[in-house]
Amino acid sequence: MSETMNSPKLNDCRDAFTATLERLAESDDRIVAVCNDSVGSSKLGGFKAKWPERLINVGIAEQNMVGVGAGLANGGLLPFVCGAAPFLTGRALEQIKADIAYSNANVKLVGISSGMAYGELGPTHHSIEDFAWMRVLPNLPVIAPCDAIETAAAVEWAARYPGPVFLRLSRVGVPDLLSQGHRFELGRANLLRGGHDVTLIANGTLTHRMMKAAEILAGQGIEARVLNMATVRPIDVEAIVSAARETGAILTAEEHSTFGGLGSAIAEVVVAEAPVPMKILGVPGVFAPTGSAEFLLDEFGMAPAEVADAARTLINRKAARAA
Amino acid sequence: MQPNDLERIAQQIRRRDLQAVFEAGAGHIGGEMSAIDILTALYFRVLRLWPDQPKNPDRDRFVLSKGHTACALYVTLAKRGFLPEDEIATFLKPHSRLNGHPNCNKVPGVETNTGPLGHGLPVAVGMAKAAKLQGASWRTYVMTGDGEMQEGSNWEAIMAAAQFGLGNLTLIVDHNRFQQGAALSDTNDLAPIRPKLEAFGWDVSEINGNAMSEVVPALERRGARPHCIVAHTNKGHGISFMQDRVDWHHKVPNAEQYKIAMAELAEDLR
Ligand SMILES: Cc1ncc(C[n+]2csc(CCOP(=O)(O)OP(=O)(O)O)c2C)c(N)n1
Ligand SMILES: [Mg+2]
Repeated sequence: MSETMNSPKLNDCRDAFTATLERLAESDDRIVAVCNDSVGSSKLGGFKAKWPERLINVGIAEQNMVGVGAGLANGGLLPFVCGAAPFLTGRALEQIKADIAYSNANVKLVGISSGMAYGELGPTHHSIEDFAWMRVLPNLPVIAPCDAIETAAAVEWAARYPGPVFLRLSRVGVPDLLSQGHRFELGRANLLRGGHDVTLIANGTLTHRMMKAAEILAGQGIEARVLNMATVRPIDVEAIVSAARETGAILTAEEHSTFGGLGSAIAEVVVAEAPVPMKILGVPGVFAPTGSAEFLLDEFGMAPAEVADAARTLINRKAARAA
Repeated sequence: MQPNDLERIAQQIRRRDLQAVFEAGAGHIGGEMSAIDILTALYFRVLRLWPDQPKNPDRDRFVLSKGHTACALYVTLAKRGFLPEDEIATFLKPHSRLNGHPNCNKVPGVETNTGPLGHGLPVAVGMAKAAKLQGASWRTYVMTGDGEMQEGSNWEAIMAAAQFGLGNLTLIVDHNRFQQGAALSDTNDLAPIRPKLEAFGWDVSEINGNAMSEVVPALERRGARPHCIVAHTNKGHGISFMQDRVDWHHKVPNAEQYKIAMAELAEDLR
């Protein structure tokens, strides 16, 4: 995606995560961090320096890491279990199901460098299945914040919430989209831009691409509504139904497979409650070729201009239905 | 091929690997330098292979379980004739076959896809079991990192290999004493590795994995039980400022460091 002249500052949301975690840990000594040889990639160096005994590094052993997290919670601690999202979710899936979700253990799972953040390292290191894997599990809220502000707010919320949480973070820089002082509400989308012609819904690294697409559309006389939907489960049924009824077309985009992720969760609501033309953008069910995260998002039709094209196609479908 | 020739080839592979990582601006150079002597001995002396028939059913199998050091494997495979040597220049470039972890559906000579640690050894156990079941004479070799051995899946496979009596299986542990973020001893120490494998019913050799004269005989050893080579190596071997420094797990040299490193690797080339 090409940068404009006055591009806003981009933030790595991992920094907001650890700054918030360290602030909370000052006053809550139940908080511990658990990781898998990922102190650096989870940005836990500062936490480790302050509280070496509260940083539990189990080594390269994700199944053990998640099990240990469940045990720490049982023992009265508040563990934030952090690891690269593909290994945290993929490798330890059954531990997440049985030890965390089914046991309803108060463990915060933090998937780092999710989506295609690891770009050139290839499909083994891409985490574009995690929404699908996590959102089928009962008891487990699934959250992908869109910027540093929402990341900080979600971490604060998760620490207070008395149950398991899956937080999905990236490492790819994103601009601030929400306003300072934003409070996170589970299952509640944020209206970032009003409009009645079509609704664009995204989360994580895709929300700001949707905002750019909406600007392009505005230049063509199309008013797109933009919703940031960080919570994939429980999904915001009300916002989806209103979007369907009031704009008549929904376009979703995510740094995830088009199978089983945010778009699928939204489609489940649209089909049941208010059927309208819809399109799901994402990785179209393939293992990605070599390339950086930004390159691959463009490659899979999620450059803002292409998102805008997809929105116009949807609007035409809506019009054809009405005719 | 004699140890002297193998050393020369290893040095050439080190230089090409360093260049590829420098030009791509990414890679896992520390674990590549520690493993290259063993890769060289395997591909230029020990493994029975046909580069023009990469799927020949009688070939020996090699699995690079520490898939993050893929670049070293690509350079070795190219030098051995599995792919064009000039293709190395595409490492990590958009749409290249050579991404950060090896892909068996794209790169000839790669047997199975690795990248998530702790996958190669179970697959290698399956390969060795297949050869045994069919009375085939080909052998299976697999290389893991030492940090990688913290993954529980390896220990499930180690038990299975002993139970199946897989004398046709060789596991090489690249024991460079460092993982991604720290030394093994400061993370989850596995050393000493030898008694653990012996307790699980394996034959074990312990060697200097950066000395060709020790690497070759260890790889050629044959016995009735599965064989583990604990290869004592240096992470970043051959480049003084990288050696045994944890940050060189995946750091990339700057232009000046690149020059120094190349000069150091050139010195030994006779
Ligand atoms: C399942 C899994 N967890 C974490 C990682 C991230 N990772 C890549 S390399 C590495 C360290 C590996 O250390 P070691 O096995 O000792 O390899 P070497 O020293 O030979 O590079 C880690 C943690 C991974 N690739 N797979
Ligand atoms: Mg190591």
